[in-house]
Amino acid sequence: MNQANRESFLRDLTPEIGKTSRSWYIVFGILMLVFIIGIYGLIRQIDKGHIVTGMRDNVVWGVYIVNFIFFMGLSYAGALVSGTLHLFRTPWRAPVIRLAELITVISLAIGPFFIFFCVGRLERIPYILAFPRIQSPIVWDVIAILTDVFGAAIFLFVSFIEDFAILRDAEDLQIAPWKKKMYRILSLGYQGTPKQKRILTFSRNVMAAMIIAIAIIVYSVLAWIFGVTLQPGWHSTIFGPYFVIAAVFSGVGLLIILMAIFRKIYHLEKYITLKHFVNLGIILFVIAAFFGYFTFSDYLTKWYGSVKMDKILIDKLFTEFKTYFIFANYIGILTPVIIIAIPRLRTINNITIASVIALLALWVNRYIIIVPTLETPFIPIQDTRHDWLFYSPTWVEWSLTLAGVAVFGMLFMIISKLAPIVSISELEEAAEKDNHKI
Amino acid sequence: MEKKVKDSSSRRKFIRNFGLSLGTVAVAGPAATAMGPPDTGSGETVTLLSPDGTLVEVDRSSIKKAKAQTKEQIRKSYAGIPDRKFVMVIDLAKCKNARKCVDACQEGHMLPGDHEWIKIQLLQDSEMTGKYWFPKPCYHCDSPLCVSVCPVGATYKREDGIVLVDNKRCIGCKFCMTACPYSARVFNWKDPEVDLPRDHVYDPELNVPPVEGTVGKCVFCADKLRNNELPRCVKACPMGVIYFGDINEDAVTNGVETLRFSSLMVDKHGYRHMEELGTMPSVYYLPPVNRMYPVEIGFEDLDESISDRYSKKDFKKSGKTRK
Repeated sequence: MNQANRESFLRDLTPEIGKTSRSWYIVFGILMLVFIIGIYGLIRQIDKGHIVTGMRDNVVWGVYIVNFIFFMGLSYAGALVSGTLHLFRTPWRAPVIRLAELITVISLAIGPFFIFFCVGRLERIPYILAFPRIQSPIVWDVIAILTDVFGAAIFLFVSFIEDFAILRDAEDLQIAPWKKKMYRILSLGYQGTPKQKRILTFSRNVMAAMIIAIAIIVYSVLAWIFGVTLQPGWHSTIFGPYFVIAAVFSGVGLLIILMAIFRKIYHLEKYITLKHFVNLGIILFVIAAFFGYFTFSDYLTKWYGSVKMDKILIDKLFTEFKTYFIFANYIGILTPVIIIAIPRLRTINNITIASVIALLALWVNRYIIIVPTLETPFIPIQDTRHDWLFYSPTWVEWSLTLAGVAVFGMLFMIISKLAPIVSISELEEAAEKDNHKI
Repeated sequence: MEKKVKDSSSRRKFIRNFGLSLGTVAVAGPAATAMGPPDTGSGETVTLLSPDGTLVEVDRSSIKKAKAQTKEQIRKSYAGIPDRKFVMVIDLAKCKNARKCVDACQEGHMLPGDHEWIKIQLLQDSEMTGKYWFPKPCYHCDSPLCVSVCPVGATYKREDGIVLVDNKRCIGCKFCMTACPYSARVFNWKDPEVDLPRDHVYDPELNVPPVEGTVGKCVFCADKLRNNELPRCVKACPMGVIYFGDINEDAVTNGVETLRFSSLMVDKHGYRHMEELGTMPSVYYLPPVNRMYPVEIGFEDLDESISDRYSKKDFKKSGKTRK
């Protein structure tokens, strides 16, 4: 193994492990503040009841469920992307695969909280485990998510073992003794012997394959929570695959955004290059095409016929929700497609901007799947209360939404202090292969 | 989740309702005051009615309050009433939006003013057809999606056809509300702040009190049915719109006339709302033909907040649209 290589990797990729910079504290402090505001919102909600949210008897699920689907989608997408990159031995995966794995685990740690915010009686959540009814798609989802939590955690852990061993053996790295100890325990005595290597590679392959399957199944189950109801717009056979594709769309978008961020703040220009952005951009392009196709076929079939409820829903989407619809389903899909399709436009900045738009558009797409359907029940809403007729999220819902985003950032920052954000072992492997070629 | 306990005039009614249905000692008249903590060896005697109907004298000190158990009530509510299959028939030709059913329901179930377990909609099936008033309780479907999707079994279907909600079990996920195609369910978005009678025991058949963060809905007045009484809405309706009965007995009654259910369905062409959804409701409608009153009568003497419900177009004009 090339010792000089390793030292430079360690120096470049672990800038936050040894010391903590001032900007780290500032950013972390801001995120913490957002998080605390969210906690205040949550306390208000628990104290006053769900009346402080914008949800009412017709729109019983609002931004919380949108966030839940969104974060779970990011998680599954991270799993799908990292699993696929790993299994297919994609040659350029080394600098980005760790980010995808981290997205998986961190989003998964956040997503379920939005379900808790949406539930009327938090203290009764354990009832789902105590009195489960297997007929209920929510129980399917609980089983699925728990499976996914374990699967993703194992997947992430086995991919970290080599790096933990590297950090354990890094003599010149200035780190606290407790961190050293942690690395020693977590590396499970890995020394890089051929047998250990074989076992580890095998485990990683198995977990990568499993995590892909789990991600697809689990996210389909989530989609079926909506698909199994009779509600117009939800009662659709396409929802399982549609949600999976949408998830990958947002996940690839987020991966590109994170690549741009870490490239900038950690000065990883040497490792994360335009090539990575273009390659992931092409994945985003393909997924956007699929996503657009699924969206189109879902709405076309609803729009073309004249079933009463479908017509009311489509009318609502094309009038009241026109802006959202255009942003989510035209701009959000076409922007990445156009930017990637024209080689001249493929710059790091452009691809990152396209990803930001794709990510936001997907959130809005989820919003206009959930809210308009609930505003058009079979029996028309006859009510005088404005908030009973039209859903609009309150500050409590927004504060918790932003808190979710803040926690995402904070967890990423904490992990960047404990482990390299780019997989050193993968980079070494890639470097060795390059050497062989020469 | 103990609610504030307050004495109220309906207290005795509750003692009667619950005392009788439990088969415990029914306490009459002044004896109700003797239900407090027992004094030791007072020597005073109290006259009580024993379960077999004879009056007995008991030393005040030996009286212990008979407390019905919530758990037992919930268990009993699962079983349903044997050999019954309840059915409701709503004659749309008679309804004039008097809203007495709504009031009786809200009073009986201690609902906040904006919670309606039975709603009265103004429907029009297509542009050229007439409008009609459409009372809409829970349909107590035989293939209830709300029951299928409930993750904890808080809502359940009984043998007698009734679908209940146990709001001590309900976690408030609201999945049942999105699954129900008839918008029959309401959510307690805030603490309903009900003043409960002191001896009140929770029973899903009455489903009082409403609990914050849980779902409530029409229970077909299962508590009344246990005592062989008609549901509150049926009794309250001045027009005799709502018939209630038992498919096994093939009879329905609105309190005034009793009709054979099967021939009523054939002769007047009964139907179920949105049969095509396959939920198989236990509520049938008789079509709004040969109506007793013009539909406009339903707008008379209405609160503005209620009448505004039915004029959604004006409502939008007044600027009350999405921002």
